[in-house]
Amino acid sequence: MRRIPLAALIGLVFTGGYFFCAIFAGWIAPYGMAEVVGDSWEPWSATHWLGTDSIGRDLLSRMIWGGQTTIFVATAATVLSFTLGASLGFLAAVRGGWVDQVLSRLVDLVMSIPSLISALVVLSVMPVTLPILILVMGLLDATRVFRLSRAVAVDITVMDYVEAARLRGERQGWIIFREILPNALSPLIAEMGLRFIFMVLFISTLSFLGLGVQPPMADWGGIVKENKEGIVYGIPAALIPAFAISTLAISVNLVADWVLTRTTSLKGGRGA
Amino acid sequence: MSHPGHPIIKLVVQRLALGLILLWAASVLIFVGTQILPGDVAQSILGQSATPETLANLRAELGLNEPALGRYLHWAGGVLHGDLGKALTNGQDIAHEMAGRLANTLFLAGCAAAIAVPLAIFLGLLAVRYQGRWPDRLISGVTLATVSVPEFLLGYIAIYFLAVRFRLLPSLATIYDGMTLGEKIYAISMPVLVLVLVVLGHMMRMTRAAILNVMQSPYVETAELKGLRPFTVIARHALPNAVAPVVNVVMLNLAYLVVGVVVVEVVFVYPGMGQYLVDHVSKRDVPVVQACGLVFAAVYIGLNLLADVISILANPRLRHPK
Repeated sequence: MRRIPLAALIGLVFTGGYFFCAIFAGWIAPYGMAEVVGDSWEPWSATHWLGTDSIGRDLLSRMIWGGQTTIFVATAATVLSFTLGASLGFLAAVRGGWVDQVLSRLVDLVMSIPSLISALVVLSVMPVTLPILILVMGLLDATRVFRLSRAVAVDITVMDYVEAARLRGERQGWIIFREILPNALSPLIAEMGLRFIFMVLFISTLSFLGLGVQPPMADWGGIVKENKEGIVYGIPAALIPAFAISTLAISVNLVADWVLTRTTSLKGGRGA
Repeated sequence: MSHPGHPIIKLVVQRLALGLILLWAASVLIFVGTQILPGDVAQSILGQSATPETLANLRAELGLNEPALGRYLHWAGGVLHGDLGKALTNGQDIAHEMAGRLANTLFLAGCAAAIAVPLAIFLGLLAVRYQGRWPDRLISGVTLATVSVPEFLLGYIAIYFLAVRFRLLPSLATIYDGMTLGEKIYAISMPVLVLVLVVLGHMMRMTRAAILNVMQSPYVETAELKGLRPFTVIARHALPNAVAPVVNVVMLNLAYLVVGVVVVEVVFVYPGMGQYLVDHVSKRDVPVVQACGLVFAAVYIGLNLLADVISILANPRLRHPK
């Protein structure tokens, strides 16, 4: 394996670090998620590394627990949107005809309304719980994945080896999972990184608007909402999630870029 | 130059018809999204406090006992007559309440667009001119940073530094009727700044990509060999041929601006459509949410349609058929 470029290495370290904190939040976080341990908005100190929040909870602990929620919801929604979007996209490409027409026009329709607006409309009548949030975000985002995977798969279905598999009499499942999927994987994985970032931004935005993760559960968007009044008094507590979200987004981006260039250069010439 | 049967008119009319169909389908989707979901609107509005009597009353008031198709036709018929219904929470006429807010939102988005679009195209040209050198790298770097930060955080970063630390600009964008245009523009300077940052990156990057694509063409090489200055080659020979993709990107971002406005309005407490929508989503005021959703969808579809029509008009092959 060739050396990993510096940018990708930085991206990997940061992404890994965030995921590590998210998975082991219970062991790492110094205090409980909703434990009140001090006055409101205490400054940074040895006992509270990032100070305390609007009602005196330890901000570092809130950030770690919040990261767990944010990353969990974003990951679950990404997995849902990829499973659904990619399988329907491949199916549309393989079957063609009316299946393709119906699915594509339906996706066009859903994409004709901005996804934040659609999410708000749906959330106005649904109870706001984690499963519902994951479902809504995943379904709305599946339309983007559908478009990409259909476009990629349409190019692959005309290849000789797919034709050969068809003539061999392979089933549709085989053609989708054994012929198309392996060859469509590299653009899809790079896209997965971008969709994950989009999900992190999406859930943070919803929580910030008060329509995402509900208190007392913590998540990064919610922490901004809880501490936004402090900004006017010059207390930067609400900016800490900003730092977390943007470093996570940039590092996932760096990794996705690297995956894409690595796999495309593999395709171009194996010796390079 | 155009007479009936001119292909360009036919194409434009086709696109307009398609846009209307899309808008109709979107209205169905919004209606279905709020009405026929599992669970009942009345139940979710009342929540835990629902008793059988209040539920029955609210259902009757909302007309939920009628079949869904009848309710849709009633709603859509009202919308076509400019009647968006009444808000559940305060009984106010939605169309009346929305008019002023829509004007505010369009003012905010319009100001942002008036700055962002020329700036993005200029920076895109600059990035192509100095491709691979430090201005290009700087522009790409800043772009990546702004794309990775959600709108509301950009907003608070701006408030923290510009309003609280250095006291340059007002932190809340309160506007009311008696203000002069200058006062209004000063009041919204910070939300405009945030919106510009939000769309600038993507628009500039795509402009750069579209022009770079054209730069490979033989006529650009000819222009270079004629000895024209690099910037003239880009602005006079490459840009006009990249108009269609650039217009598409611009419209896409203006449409995105309409969504970004929702969040930015909440951050800066600006009395526009976005805040109206978010407030009433948390109050579960379904008629208002439907009306707002429809207006946002209409603006979004309209801008995309405009992009289509402009790229048709910008194509000389369609303008001068053989």
